[in-house]
Amino acid sequence: MGNERLLLQEDIHHMYDHLHPEDEICVKENIVYQKPSTLLDTPFHYCPGCGHSTVHKLIAEVIDEMGIQEQTIGVAPVGCAVFAYNYINIDWQEAAHGRASAVATGIKRVLPDKFVFSYQGDGDLAAIGTGETIHTCNRGENITIIFINNGIYGMTGGQMAPTTLEGMKSTTSPNGRDVHWAGYPLKISELLAQLPGTYYVTRQAVFSPNHVRKAKKAIRNAFEYQKLNKGTCLVEIVSNCPSNWKMTPTESNMWLQDNMIKYFQLGDIKLPKKEEAK
Amino acid sequence: MKELKLMKGNEAIAEAAIRAGCDAYFGYPITPQSEILEYLAANAQKRTGMVVLQAESEIASINMVYGAAGCGKRVMTSSSSPGISLMQEGISYIACAELPCLLVNVMRGGPGLGTIQPSQGDYFQTVKGGGHGDYRLITLAPSTIQEAVDFTKLAFDLAFKWRNPVMLLLDGAIGQMMEKVELFSQQERLKEAPDWATVGKPKNRERNIITSLHMQPEDMEKTNQHLQAKYRKIEEEETRFECYKCDDADYIFTGFGLVARIAKKAADIARTKGYKIGVFRPITLFPFPYSEINNLSKKVKAILDVEMNTGQMLEDVKLAVNGNIPVEFHGRTGGMIPTPEEIVAVFEEKIIKRK
Repeated sequence: MGNERLLLQEDIHHMYDHLHPEDEICVKENIVYQKPSTLLDTPFHYCPGCGHSTVHKLIAEVIDEMGIQEQTIGVAPVGCAVFAYNYINIDWQEAAHGRASAVATGIKRVLPDKFVFSYQGDGDLAAIGTGETIHTCNRGENITIIFINNGIYGMTGGQMAPTTLEGMKSTTSPNGRDVHWAGYPLKISELLAQLPGTYYVTRQAVFSPNHVRKAKKAIRNAFEYQKLNKGTCLVEIVSNCPSNWKMTPTESNMWLQDNMIKYFQLGDIKLPKKEEAK
Repeated sequence: MKELKLMKGNEAIAEAAIRAGCDAYFGYPITPQSEILEYLAANAQKRTGMVVLQAESEIASINMVYGAAGCGKRVMTSSSSPGISLMQEGISYIACAELPCLLVNVMRGGPGLGTIQPSQGDYFQTVKGGGHGDYRLITLAPSTIQEAVDFTKLAFDLAFKWRNPVMLLLDGAIGQMMEKVELFSQQERLKEAPDWATVGKPKNRERNIITSLHMQPEDMEKTNQHLQAKYRKIEEEETRFECYKCDDADYIFTGFGLVARIAKKAADIARTKGYKIGVFRPITLFPFPYSEINNLSKKVKAILDVEMNTGQMLEDVKLAVNGNIPVEFHGRTGGMIPTPEEIVAVFEEKIIKRK
């Protein structure tokens, strides 16, 4: 820092001296963006640059826009998003590791008119919870699954995940994932799309504004389709983990584009038949 | 008007669950209790609209129970020993999140894949933990099919009264045999959810969170203190037991569930031989009737504990007796059921001859 002068709070106030609440510019019609009301003021615990907070915000925006805050129940996973319930102002249940879709099944079966979603990471959904995931989708439970795939176990400190790429280093694959020893990165969304119980399966990302917009649309679809009772909707978000990938947020997003989405290609994997989705 | 029926234990439990106004059952087939799922699948939905779902595993079942119980519904699952082992993680979560539910364990012989024959080998698992951490299941041990029916209803009431999972613990023989039962009348399903349930957050209340996670040490310790305080109250208010001819007894047979019935017959046989024997049967295994057994130990000469395991409740009987009198044990395993004559012979061998 040296003698560099820091921007003081009062300087910021001066910058906006010309704006007063009574000025016409500060009217409701001029608002172009604001925090969704379903998102709480709790500061996110996520690392800088992590995709989780963006996805949380998108879910809150969709809940706001659909006006379903009072009818939505979320199921949080074990993993970095274990505290999802601290950020989105709806009723929540916190599930055991891997069991979020079974918990969501229990909720939806006794409250079939509510919107129920699980929010799960790759270790949760595609390793320890594979059985629950496949059978939830195979029963066609009318829930939405938000699946964050960042190719690593974040909360436990960067171990190899079922979706860790070939050659990708982690604390438990220090020389890079050897697929002949540890198996292949699992494209579970493609696998789930094969099941008659799934209605909508898509893979999105949130590393650029354009991708954020698309991801939001996918999440919106995945909630809207719950009204149809046609089956499970799954939105995979290919995300980053700057801390455990040992990169800056920007580097991690570059790496994600160059590596993750080469293997986990973005786009819709299973779409509803056109006449049904009306 | 009395409604009497001749019913198989497992089917009677299923019938009682429907009549108790159960909202949902999630389970996975395993011998010797699959009739519970089968009976519910055939009868429950059309009669009360109850949800009956066959899950892909016991792990999924118990987590479905967690989800539905978190919505404030009357929810249950049932299984047998190995399946209950698989559920232990979920049971620990349910206990910590304080979700009411009914768990039924129709015990078979272990360890391992063991046998499908009856056993009482899951006493430790049920009352001493089973899953991780400090928690307790209110445990009801029926010794007749009538009690299995009555305790199914009682279990839901206790579960909601204490916001605690309740285990109905019986052996495969009670599950499989037939007896005459008097059924209670159909109870309504719950219309309103308790205030803690996750049913969608209305504008005028804070969000409800069903969780067993408390990352701050202070919070987690408080959670444990709260649970322990609840368990102490449960011990004060819910301890249940039966005394059979204990008043004039010189010796006591202790046993729970099916074994207590056999012990009563054994006591009657022994009385014809001139031994004054009573039977003390804990009905709740948690809370355990420690003080009642302690009181007995000041009046009688010795206790013979009989179980279909290698001596599990025995440890609690000894804790209760606290060295006041000798406590002997007779156990059978692997699906072997002790006979009354065998118990009398063991009594004469281990207690009378060794005096």
